[in-house]
Amino acid sequence: MSSQTAKLKVDPRDGKLAMAHFYVAFIALALGGLMGLLQTLVRSGKFELPWGIDYYQILTVHGVLMGLVLTTFFIMGFQYAAVSRTAGTHSPAARRIGWIGFWVMTVGTIMAATMVLLKEASVLYTFYAPLKAHWIFYLGMTFVVVGSWLDGAAQIMTYAKWRKENPGKPSPLLSFMAVINTVLWIVATLGVASTVLFQLLPWSLGLVDTVDVLISRTLFWYFGHPLVYFWLLPAYMCWYAIVPKIIGGKIFSDSLARLSFILFLLFSIPVGFHHQLMEPGIDPAWKFLQVVLTFMVIIPSLMTAFSLFATFERFGRSKGATGLFGWFKVLPWNDARFTVPFIGMASFIPAGAGGIINASNQMNQVVHNTIWVTGHFHLTAATSVVLTFFGISYWLVPHLTGRKLTKAMNKLGIIQGWVWFIGMVFMSGAMHFQGLLGGPRRSAFSTYGDAAQAAEWIPYQIAQAVGGSILFLGIILMIIIFVNLAFFAPKGEEEFPVGEAENLEEKAPMIFENWKLWLGITAALILFAYTIPFIDMIQNAPPGSPGFKTWNSW
Amino acid sequence: MHMHKFEKIWLIFGIGALVVFLSVVGVSAFYLGNKPPSCLTTIDPKKVDTEAPFDKPGLNKVEGKEWDYELVYVASAFFYNPGEVEVPLGAKVKVIATTKDVVHGFQVAGTNINMMLEPGYVNEIVTTFDKEGEYLVVCNEYCGTGHHLMSSKIKVVK
Amino acid sequence: MAKAELKSNKKTEIEDSSSLKGTLASVFFLGIFIVVTWVSVYFLFLDRF
Repeated sequence: MSSQTAKLKVDPRDGKLAMAHFYVAFIALALGGLMGLLQTLVRSGKFELPWGIDYYQILTVHGVLMGLVLTTFFIMGFQYAAVSRTAGTHSPAARRIGWIGFWVMTVGTIMAATMVLLKEASVLYTFYAPLKAHWIFYLGMTFVVVGSWLDGAAQIMTYAKWRKENPGKPSPLLSFMAVINTVLWIVATLGVASTVLFQLLPWSLGLVDTVDVLISRTLFWYFGHPLVYFWLLPAYMCWYAIVPKIIGGKIFSDSLARLSFILFLLFSIPVGFHHQLMEPGIDPAWKFLQVVLTFMVIIPSLMTAFSLFATFERFGRSKGATGLFGWFKVLPWNDARFTVPFIGMASFIPAGAGGIINASNQMNQVVHNTIWVTGHFHLTAATSVVLTFFGISYWLVPHLTGRKLTKAMNKLGIIQGWVWFIGMVFMSGAMHFQGLLGGPRRSAFSTYGDAAQAAEWIPYQIAQAVGGSILFLGIILMIIIFVNLAFFAPKGEEEFPVGEAENLEEKAPMIFENWKLWLGITAALILFAYTIPFIDMIQNAPPGSPGFKTWNSW
Repeated sequence: MHMHKFEKIWLIFGIGALVVFLSVVGVSAFYLGNKPPSCLTTIDPKKVDTEAPFDKPGLNKVEGKEWDYELVYVASAFFYNPGEVEVPLGAKVKVIATTKDVVHGFQVAGTNINMMLEPGYVNEIVTTFDKEGEYLVVCNEYCGTGHHLMSSKIKVVK
Repeated sequence: MAKAELKSNKKTEIEDSSSLKGTLASVFFLGIFIVVTWVSVYFLFLDRF
């Protein structure tokens, strides 16, 4: 009985599944955060890991838990709830598929985590063939991906049902955005699924002797960049469609929000070469082509920046604010549901600027694989995205558990946001500067034989440890708030805010819901950007690589 | 679909800036020769030690080429060969490198020499060593337990 | 009829513009930040060998 006007509350049966995702996500946050803290302490040179634990082992745990587990579980839980709220309660069939997806992902996570803990898979979450992990690690990662497809299928089913029941009408904005992100995810994960299923699994099982490294990397990075947009788009969903309601304003333009999401779908995939700009075996012309496509994906973010400022300014002026920036002061700074995602938005300014530098073809030589890049994605993923996820949790978790965000927790949430911000200024800031000096990423503490240049990096590494410690405090605060909202906060009703467009007469053009068209263009762009380089790689392939295990076992 | 006038102005500025960025790096890459390292030569990773130029790692003077020297590196977990070289100040050098085992990241800290080494592929970059000093070569791509110990040294001397 | 429409359109344009000047200033601040950081790193690239 999904009526035309969606329910104001997520059905408790859907809420239960969303919460299941959040439990896993926040456990991942706690453990992954501890690993992050340890990494920064090791890199400061003042601390060594006990009991034979290896730096690269905890680095793998941190990357897998934060980059894959926390993000995927949170996003799927959030989108599942957002679709239920705006397109109507999921059908029993969709819910069953969602649950199967959840369990498949969870089992996959446990499989991969076990292998990492046994030191059978210190290959980082980016795989790095010809480093060869245990096959159970690869199979576990496959389960995570396949599980997420099932989770996504549940959202698509409910969206399709809404469309069928409401012919000729644009779908609810949040549902539309969730489905775009799910489709983006499915198209992107085809790459990582291909390298795992056709290359890494048969190779780690001993069915084939060698692996083609460049093809494996290319398939991985075909997935690796849309992966970061898969993290970002749920944050954009919150900024475009939820924050306006929280502050009491309106969505600046429903149609432009949809247009920007379509542009993300089209342009975030055929751009993986900008992660491979320094690699041999790929023609520079094809690299540059993908750099141009990468720059196309900046445009929807430029649109987003304008829309968000416009929402804020319109709201401020409606409250009587005057002058050029008077509207800024009247925003609800004492509301964690706004302030915390706002810190995330503001962080996206330096994050985006750094990203443009990374993607600028040969300029990548200055920063490639330096710790600048780590600093960059700790602004994008670990600040913009994660703080927005925290901001979402502050109302979504109590909404789903039938509790209230109390004043005390709201205040703690705001403190958490600022603690995070300060920690990140130290950590990410120091990483950016150290990176410009040439300090490498993914490296344990080293004086490089007392090299003068390496000595210059150490103060920055100490600053990172200070930042990392502050951030870990932020994680503790977040876990306290989450546990409170999930189990202890007073019973009550917490709103699931869904924004309304400023101009309700302006209906979104139906062409936005024409999936054949957008999937067609997406496929065409992918084929255009990848077909010829891929054929080149296969035709000119060197002898394959046997597997290596260059890390210590227990 | 309506777009506000200011948003149009903003997008024209923003897209204009992106076009300028792309033009600057595009011209620099394809007309001034600053393409990112993208060598297309392949090699059998098992035969690296016996194949030219990797049978003679180190700085080798060459004649009749656009560059004066070839600086050849062989990477393997967790070593660079050579471990230390001296390069004359102002020399135009083609840095050529490959790996015998896993993926490594060849980076001369504080310079633009930064390239991936992948088994089966040679990578190279041409540059003029025009600043005196001692430069640390690191591995910037995770390659195993000793990744952070993998290094070499380049002295640019008068 | 057409004339009246034109007139009303023009009127809303002016009101629109005046009420989003803070937005325009904000995005231009952002744009200039992007340009300045990009140019700085580009000069670093040019300066290094």
